Amino acid sequence: MSGKAFFIDTTVCMACRGCQIACKQWNQLPATKTYNWGSMQNPKDLSFDTYKLVRFQEHMGQNNKPVWLFFPDQCRHCVEPPCKEAAEDEAPGGIFIDSQTGAVLYTDKLKKIKASTVIEACPFDIPRAQAGSGYMAKCTMCVDRVHNGLLPACVKTCPTGAMNFGDRDKMVDLAKERLATVKPRFPKASVTGLDDLRAFYLLSDEPKMYHTFANVMPLPNGMDRKVALKKIGRSLKGLSREWDLINKLAG
Amino acid sequence: MTNHWIDIQNSDCILIMGSNAAENHPISFKWVTEAMKRGGKLISVDPRFTRTSSKADFYAALRSGTDIAFLGGMIKHILDDDKYFKEYVAEYTNASFIVADSYDFKDGLFSGYDPKKKKYDKSKWAFVKDEKGISKRDLTLQDPRCVFQLLKKQYIRYDLDTVSAVTGTPKEDLQTVYEMYSATGQQGKAGTIMYAMGWTQHTVGVQNIRSMAIIQLLLGNMGVAGGGVNALRGESNVQGSTDHCLLFHILPGYLKTPSASLPTLTDYNNKFTPKTNDPLSANWWGNYPKYSVSLLKSYFGDKATKANDFGYSWLPKLEDGKTYSWLDIFDVMYKGEFTGFFAWGQNPAASGANANKTRQALTKLDWMVNVNLFDNETGSFWKGPGMDPKKIKTEVFMLPCATSVEKEGSITNSGRWMQWRYKAANPPGEALPDGQILMRLGKAVQHLYKKDQNAVFPDPILNLKWDYSTHGEFDPHKMAKEINGYFLKDMTIKGVNYKKGDLVPSFAFLQADGSTSSGNWLYCNSYTSKGNMSARRVREKSGIGLNLGWAWCWPVNRRIIYNRASVDKYGKPWDKEHPVIAWDPNAKDGKGSWVGDVPDGGWPPMLNADGTPNPKTKYPFIMKPEGHAHVFGPGLADGPFPEHYEPIECPVEKNLFSSQLVNPVAPTYDTKMDIYRSCDPKYPFVGTTYRVSEHWQTGVMTRWQPWLLEAEPQLFVEMSKELGKLKGINNGDKVIVESARGKVEAVAVVTIRLRPFQIGGNTVHQIGLPWHYGWVHPKNGGDSANLLTPSTGDPNTRIPETKAFMVNVRKV
Repeated sequence: MSGKAFFIDTTVCMACRGCQIACKQWNQLPATKTYNWGSMQNPKDLSFDTYKLVRFQEHMGQNNKPVWLFFPDQCRHCVEPPCKEAAEDEAPGGIFIDSQTGAVLYTDKLKKIKASTVIEACPFDIPRAQAGSGYMAKCTMCVDRVHNGLLPACVKTCPTGAMNFGDRDKMVDLAKERLATVKPRFPKASVTGLDDLRAFYLLSDEPKMYHTFANVMPLPNGMDRKVALKKIGRSLKGLSREWDLINKLAG
Repeated sequence: MTNHWIDIQNSDCILIMGSNAAENHPISFKWVTEAMKRGGKLISVDPRFTRTSSKADFYAALRSGTDIAFLGGMIKHILDDDKYFKEYVAEYTNASFIVADSYDFKDGLFSGYDPKKKKYDKSKWAFVKDEKGISKRDLTLQDPRCVFQLLKKQYIRYDLDTVSAVTGTPKEDLQTVYEMYSATGQQGKAGTIMYAMGWTQHTVGVQNIRSMAIIQLLLGNMGVAGGGVNALRGESNVQGSTDHCLLFHILPGYLKTPSASLPTLTDYNNKFTPKTNDPLSANWWGNYPKYSVSLLKSYFGDKATKANDFGYSWLPKLEDGKTYSWLDIFDVMYKGEFTGFFAWGQNPAASGANANKTRQALTKLDWMVNVNLFDNETGSFWKGPGMDPKKIKTEVFMLPCATSVEKEGSITNSGRWMQWRYKAANPPGEALPDGQILMRLGKAVQHLYKKDQNAVFPDPILNLKWDYSTHGEFDPHKMAKEINGYFLKDMTIKGVNYKKGDLVPSFAFLQADGSTSSGNWLYCNSYTSKGNMSARRVREKSGIGLNLGWAWCWPVNRRIIYNRASVDKYGKPWDKEHPVIAWDPNAKDGKGSWVGDVPDGGWPPMLNADGTPNPKTKYPFIMKPEGHAHVFGPGLADGPFPEHYEPIECPVEKNLFSSQLVNPVAPTYDTKMDIYRSCDPKYPFVGTTYRVSEHWQTGVMTRWQPWLLEAEPQLFVEMSKELGKLKGINNGDKVIVESARGKVEAVAVVTIRLRPFQIGGNTVHQIGLPWHYGWVHPKNGGDSANLLTPSTGDPNTRIPETKAFMVNVRKV
């Protein structure tokens, strides 16, 4: 598959949040008003003004030692994006794919449709609308930088190699190589979305330990994931939420 | 750092203790990550599970202020289990030295203690000399009075049970850390320590680091790639400012500040020039007079002559026995004993311990000049919380200055690399580079002294050379050349002719007769006839990451200091895969030479190829008078071996190691604002302060950056779930944290990342909070955590003890 991709290696992410700040800086996004809510994670969630957010999750691991997981959340730039599919009828051209990189890009035309149509279609809970205007925004893959031979701002700033970007094939190879390397230390490690996304994550633990929408929930009937992404993004997300609720209730 | 940032990648085991490198030195994690990708292990030891801990192979918690207990246990483990690098220890350290009978240690006190003066007589801690005046040694390390045996005796008490009862670290965790780290005692393996203010900001700060230095020497980790004792400095240029004498007790290049009892240059040089009778000891500080005289020539130029002691009498002198540190300055200011103050690039009202005392001290001034980028708690102290502007006489002047990217010059990073930076933008408005402000100030003061017929002792001011401007502007190149130094007359050295005005090629050329100048001997070689060495930008293509062509490193571009200890007595590297230097006997037409890093002196190895001793060699630790690294360190204020003492404020009534509860020579102060409370039920919890990635220091630069404030908007206090339950505090609640000295409001972060400690059978809770905030901005951000911290500190350096103190926390 041609085009570009992010490979996000959370096993070496130390949550310095350089990526989160660099994203704001390059895209000249305003700071939102925040309060400390008992977590280092701030802002609390993605927004029209926040395309990239490092999520913090802590739990007690083996041998009574804490585990602190960091998830640099952003648009996955699906190869066949359900949001595009969902928006196509009502707002043709509202979402398009950059032919050079594969970046999924939002335009002002999205104003025409209900934001929830796009938001509900995303299995990863990424798109956000501006209150009042109806404009929608999310990570752009820094296509303006990439078209000019630069790395996306978040990748450029990352000191440890957690954020990687390049030709998709190379990123896939890197992800597989890293997975093999970390597997002895993290037996539950996996890479999400190697087949159908342009932002895939190496996770040291089950995806749900990082974030509800870290990955699409596996389907009980074994349906092809690609089809699932394309056709039923909306219900997938609903399923994810229910799944999360069930897990919480189950303790 | 004895090594440097990139060199961390060569380590087999990285101990991060007394620092939180992932959060406070995030770029360092590029190299930590690289080391781990190569198979290196990472250990994090911290009272709190941090972002650093999250990446570690192993994490262990300890109570703040018990690092010596923790490390003393490691020393015992290394000795008991024969994990030490025997040849290295015997040959390169003073473990083999015989200590005089006058040295003793009893129940927490070393010999020579004067309880009235709270001071030690260090002459009791001397080495035994032979008839030639050379220190006696026992290379078998068996003599009961040799350092090695005394070390064993010292730490016999540091068994796992006692260490665990003091630190609160479970025994099995201690054991795991000790085993992981001491595995680097094998030849060819290297362990490194990354520490910062978590070790220094204690009443036993220097001894914390000494403990680790002893461990590194026992394991043969000094001088080797991936080893060393590595201080992660708290600001990008703290290394540079320390090298250039930021502190009261030193002049540039770690020359000593003169004192009143040393009236002449001869007295001064004699006092600080160590002597040795050992022909195999380089005793590099024996060159002291060359550096002191070259410095005086740099200060006073032609006015400094042999006849007038090169202007030595113009230097300010310390009163003997008196200290002039940060804590002392604000103590004296609080007592109203001086009236004017420059707060330059600092924010003392938020940055120093016991900030309420500091803020009150500022009210006693007639005037203050605040040189900074932004308004801050210091410049605006007169309208701060609890202040009545009508009653404050202090007149405050604000001088806006350029940021680091708005001026040309150098910074010296933690790895001792002096790196030149170009100016990226003009400073806004009236802001000026600090150098320019200083130039104008200096000229104005000189002018006033010149004009005033009755000026008292104008000589030091009027005789200053002070010629670092070009067209009226501060010229950083002129300054950098001045620091390097010049030949002041035509001369021939080692067959090479130098003209008056030539730059000195290195400190080996500096002279004690006034024929050379150097503003800092340690930087001599940084700006030479080859140009500005710190502006070089050649990346290494292969090798161990020394990058000898990138920027410049003191001393003489040596990237790993003590590197002659990285080889055996034949000059062969202990670690074949990561050689720092190696002796090539065929180089220089068979005369032999070192290859690799710039060696610690060019002398040949200790043994010839045939195993016979080489009389031309020198011992590797050239900065020590005897040429051997100090396992036994007789120069410190609080003892030749580190010993665990509790912090000045602590949660225990007894020190389990001795009946000496706290460091017997730690300074305390006696104004009514200097309150200390141990084991007081009103303040039952251990407190500590720290930083986060998103803010810097008191936040003067970062609190005004909306994106950073968005990520870390407010003062928070981290506590365990158990403490939250005990005090009815939920995650996100507003709470008050208070000590005997002050209080702050903060948001509670109730987390599993902090856990109560079991200390001697009792449960002890610990909390922690960052010190980045202040009342000026943002409005709901909270105030400085230093309102809580005590005015006490290390007896050697006087750095405040802001990492361990006692507090209470309650819901608002």
